[in-house]
Amino acid sequence: MSLFPFAFLDEQSKKEIRRAVLKGVAIPGYQVPFASREMPIGRGWGTGGLQITLSLIGESDVLKVIDQGSDESVNAVNIKKLVQKTTGVETTIHTSEATMIQSRHRIPEVPLRNDQIMILQVPEPEPLRHVERSEFKTKQMHAEKEYSGAYLLLFEQIMRYNQTSQGADYPVFVHDRYVMNPSPIPRFDNPKIHQSEALMLFGAGREKKIYAVPAYTKVKSLAFDDYPFEIEKFEGKFCRATGLSNVFLDEFTDEETGETYYLCNDTSYMQEYLDQKRGI
Amino acid sequence: MGYVAVTGGKEAIEASLQHLTYERVKHGEWIDVKTIKATMRGFLDQVMSESSLYSESLAAIAMKQSEGNVEEAVFLLRAHRSTLPRLYYSTVTDPRDMLVIRRVSASFKDIPGGQILGPSYDYLHRLIDFSLITETEQDVRRKKVEFESIEVPEESSLPLEKLPKVMDYLRKEGLIQNLPVNDEQPDDVTKESLTFPSSRSERLQILTRGQTGAVVSFGYAGLRGYGSSHPNVGEVRVGYQPIHIQIDDEDEYYIGSIKLTEVESFIPANVSENGKEVLEFDIGYGACFGQNETKAIAMSILDHALENPENTPIHDEEFVLLHIDTVESTGFISHLKLPHYVTFQSKLEQIRKIKREGARK
Repeated sequence: MSLFPFAFLDEQSKKEIRRAVLKGVAIPGYQVPFASREMPIGRGWGTGGLQITLSLIGESDVLKVIDQGSDESVNAVNIKKLVQKTTGVETTIHTSEATMIQSRHRIPEVPLRNDQIMILQVPEPEPLRHVERSEFKTKQMHAEKEYSGAYLLLFEQIMRYNQTSQGADYPVFVHDRYVMNPSPIPRFDNPKIHQSEALMLFGAGREKKIYAVPAYTKVKSLAFDDYPFEIEKFEGKFCRATGLSNVFLDEFTDEETGETYYLCNDTSYMQEYLDQKRGI
Repeated sequence: MGYVAVTGGKEAIEASLQHLTYERVKHGEWIDVKTIKATMRGFLDQVMSESSLYSESLAAIAMKQSEGNVEEAVFLLRAHRSTLPRLYYSTVTDPRDMLVIRRVSASFKDIPGGQILGPSYDYLHRLIDFSLITETEQDVRRKKVEFESIEVPEESSLPLEKLPKVMDYLRKEGLIQNLPVNDEQPDDVTKESLTFPSSRSERLQILTRGQTGAVVSFGYAGLRGYGSSHPNVGEVRVGYQPIHIQIDDEDEYYIGSIKLTEVESFIPANVSENGKEVLEFDIGYGACFGQNETKAIAMSILDHALENPENTPIHDEEFVLLHIDTVESTGFISHLKLPHYVTFQSKLEQIRKIKREGARK
């Protein structure tokens, strides 16, 4: 596709985005506004992550794209196809082989390394949006480290349900300074951001924000002393294919028997596990 | 296996794309991009305006590719913009230099240079013209020659590329505040993220790029109870606006003309003059690519509404500016079609747990 520049975006745009990324790295958890470009995929389909990927990717990179835990879901395939078409880089489904991983809603089960970059797509970057609808005011609240609203949301949930009802996108405190939405990863994945070896970048295309958690950074999920943070528990459940129970599981119904069964949500991890077991 | 699966997504996408192409070609008919460019003026103008990319040729290709779907055509052009370097800003251009093809005032009957109706649907009886079914190339050529042979009476003493503005007349009368000219370089919303409170240049850019339907709807809402900017259209002008760029300190280069619709609306406003309350006219401004009069008028209502914040959505800049963009609104709405298995699973587990363990008594 010689009609388009390498990695689709023009060089000035890539440079601008890289500068926003650097600022994000320098101020962990702070939402850096950036001039989000229109991309050839839907605004809200991962254009923030895609712009980060395209502005950082080089010819020697190996890219993995995940959507909902799967490398083969339509959106993952589509994004991978676009990056490959405009850069010619290699892609992989194996987490350990990738230098860059763009993801929607999951952090892989395989631990990441410090030579890898994790790029998360973010639909709603503002953790205070449910408390305050005005962008102008939430920006002020961040500046003043005014996070009582974020705690109040959790408190209200506890008052109502005797526990927090927040599913995915459970807010975290980054380096004791900024409260951040981790992208709608399940709570299960929140602990993986804490002291992660890999750099974590967050891109919200439609909301025009980039933020980052540098490697080896303290990241704590919001909670109360008497109501500590808890991840999803799949007690007594295990993956039908691998027998694993310490991973995030997807729920399926057997069409013939009507029985409920579970499979690893991280499908490449499941495949690697099975291959290893079979001795491939 | 399906939508999200260990493998198989690739084949499913390929098949879907093949099916899409088939839908475009299944009748065995085709349309030339040149034909689209020559005959689909309204479509091209709307698409160019919403994509903020002025190219009739690209818009025509996008229309063919998108099978006439405006949302898709704009999407294609906006994405294409991202592949283009942004090298220059044009120099300040004065709409008084526009080569006018249409210009009407709803405020003054007698304006210097006169009312120029130009091409407009306003006075057309909207009855379906069934003769178009059998219109041939010959008919088209004949109609073209007929129009071109009409003798134009030379009545207007004023040249069409130097028509004065209706607003200048009110200004001379002292009925409009004489505000200082602001020729500062605008904040470019395509290169800087919008922050609030926004600058007027940012607001005008977002309004002009806004989805036509959304801008019109919000303008309409402002008019009928959700705002207090009820305008009188001072002047609607449509024409060709010359554009120049400046490369060095000395030379300005003419790079072409773009078709533009410009609207100036008058809105009565209380102002304080020497400690006394008096009534004056405020101005609401609208301008967009192509001939897009409804949109430009609606834009002028919203421009004024946003200049004068009030406690109603139409006067709320965040409400208006963050929601009228076509790529952003359609993109996020359509993302709901993507699988949400992980988030849903997480919520499901949480809801079941709450149901099982019960809420606090």
